[in-house]
Amino acid sequence: MADLHPDNPYAPDRFPDRNKPVEFPPEAKKKFDYILTRYPTKEAALLPTLHLVQEVWGWISPEAVLYVGELLDLSPATVFGVVSFYNMYNQKPVGKYHLQVCTNLSCMVRRAYDIYDHLCDKLDVQPGATTKDGQYTVVEVECLGSCGTAPVVQVNNEYHENMDVTKMDALLAELK
Amino acid sequence: MDQIKVLLANIDKPNSTSIDVYLDGGGYKAVEKALKMTRDEVTQLVKDSEMRGRGGAGFPTGMKWSFVPKNAPKPTWLLCNADESEPGTFKDRVIMEKDPHLLIEGMIISAYAIGSNPMSYIYIRGEFYYGATVLDKALDEARAKGYLGKNILGSGFDFDITVARGAGAYICGEETGLIESVEGHRGQPRVKPPFPAVVGVFGGPTVVNNVETLACVPLIINNGAEWFKSFGTPKNTGPKLYCVSGSVRKPGVYEFPMGINLKELIYDHCGGILGDRKLKAVIPGGASAPMLKPDEIDLPLNFDAVQKAGSMLGSAGIIVLDDSVCIVDAVWRLAKFFAHESCGQCTPCREGTNWLESVLDRIERGEGRPQDADLLLSMSDNIGGKSLCALGDAAIGPVISSVKKFRDEFIYHIEHKSCLPETVRYRRLDRAVAAH
Repeated sequence: MADLHPDNPYAPDRFPDRNKPVEFPPEAKKKFDYILTRYPTKEAALLPTLHLVQEVWGWISPEAVLYVGELLDLSPATVFGVVSFYNMYNQKPVGKYHLQVCTNLSCMVRRAYDIYDHLCDKLDVQPGATTKDGQYTVVEVECLGSCGTAPVVQVNNEYHENMDVTKMDALLAELK
Repeated sequence: MDQIKVLLANIDKPNSTSIDVYLDGGGYKAVEKALKMTRDEVTQLVKDSEMRGRGGAGFPTGMKWSFVPKNAPKPTWLLCNADESEPGTFKDRVIMEKDPHLLIEGMIISAYAIGSNPMSYIYIRGEFYYGATVLDKALDEARAKGYLGKNILGSGFDFDITVARGAGAYICGEETGLIESVEGHRGQPRVKPPFPAVVGVFGGPTVVNNVETLACVPLIINNGAEWFKSFGTPKNTGPKLYCVSGSVRKPGVYEFPMGINLKELIYDHCGGILGDRKLKAVIPGGASAPMLKPDEIDLPLNFDAVQKAGSMLGSAGIIVLDDSVCIVDAVWRLAKFFAHESCGQCTPCREGTNWLESVLDRIERGEGRPQDADLLLSMSDNIGGKSLCALGDAAIGPVISSVKKFRDEFIYHIEHKSCLPETVRYRRLDRAVAAH
């Protein structure tokens, strides 16, 4: 099938395949049941459930959107509306290491764009895209709330503060 | 003025996040004290302290609490706003990651004062994954010791807290955007009125307080309103966290009595400007605050004084820019942020922020047109005050102030098709900028 959004690296590239339904593994199902007990409505559990989906599969596939809709009695459109609104939900698979470089003002004046450019050049990847071996995704993100230790690079869920190009290279060597 | 360690008294202790260390330092004493008072007495004490909310608007906290109706048909909710996303702000993160029990204690007391139902949420931005794990662990400890759960300390008050993670949307720091997000929706702000104090999350009366605000509550209960007022000046009371970032030698979170002089903060406490360059501009209250020029920074950093100087204290996120920074590029970066974060609900903000970004970008690239400086002002005029929430107004703060205060630099760009010679390139103009 042709890519649905060839210009947008963040948008989903296909429609859901109804012949390939997904399901939480038992451990995640337990977590999901606990999440439900913490909110007064099923709909309110949507954001934590989507975080859980991403924890399990690394991204939120079109099939997962259908699955979450069934779990929470929501239409796929409602679920997809939320997925596409929030930045952290990956609508396409990302690399093993999701390199998120903050380039907002405080990081920018501490030369964050040098790190970002260096990553794009060194890994030979377009912004928002994933390297061919599936190892790294490089993306520019908005303020990560770590301006006092700028520049900051978030790798998956972990912050790396006071970065520069040399430290980034050292970090990349660790992330093989 | 000397630095103080009041809110941040615990953060340097080893293992500061554990409940045992917190209890050793007199922790949870305020809960014991508050639960023996009546709800109205607690609210009155916070009112007497004259504390103003630390999230940005500076609204008196006690007054906010007293707006909650007493006999509402639906349960009352307390929400903690930990969606710290304003560029330049990183104070709440220190409290959550280093002293989570102070926040939890403040929430228990605040919930008691407003008559909250037995559940509450800390809405923490999704990127603060580490902070969320620290809070989860601290909540488990507090439950085990009986400070959360049913019948807390035999008072008959039931209360528990859940950490709700956001997923990367600045707009969820807006009160009603946060409420929508907790309900599981896109974080698009609501029409006000009704205000959250009357109809908020899940249809019940809701109080949304910032992390730093809630962390001040146990201090007020323990030490009294007069003690709290001994910091700062009348109407601008209490200890305050200031976040300094950008071109200073020692960026970081600094605690002072409310009203430290901005010039003193930058030059005496933060070590002055990086690389001995000259100061060019200061943003005193997070990205949305209008810029100040170097001759305007001799002022106390409290809500009223900064407002009088034509800017705002906001979240006290101070971004310092030196003369190597091209002001058009800096404002473009902020405009790009607001264009990215506009929720898309109101046309003036959704379209306007994108146009601000485009026009600033073309000026920076040397493709500016002679009328562009005035065009930015007129576009700003069509965004400000024309949308449901304050994001549009926030976006035009840096634009209007920079065009007015650095007009010569904008004109130089347009006429010479380049930046001022003393500025440095902080980004490559040939790099594609990813779609929003």
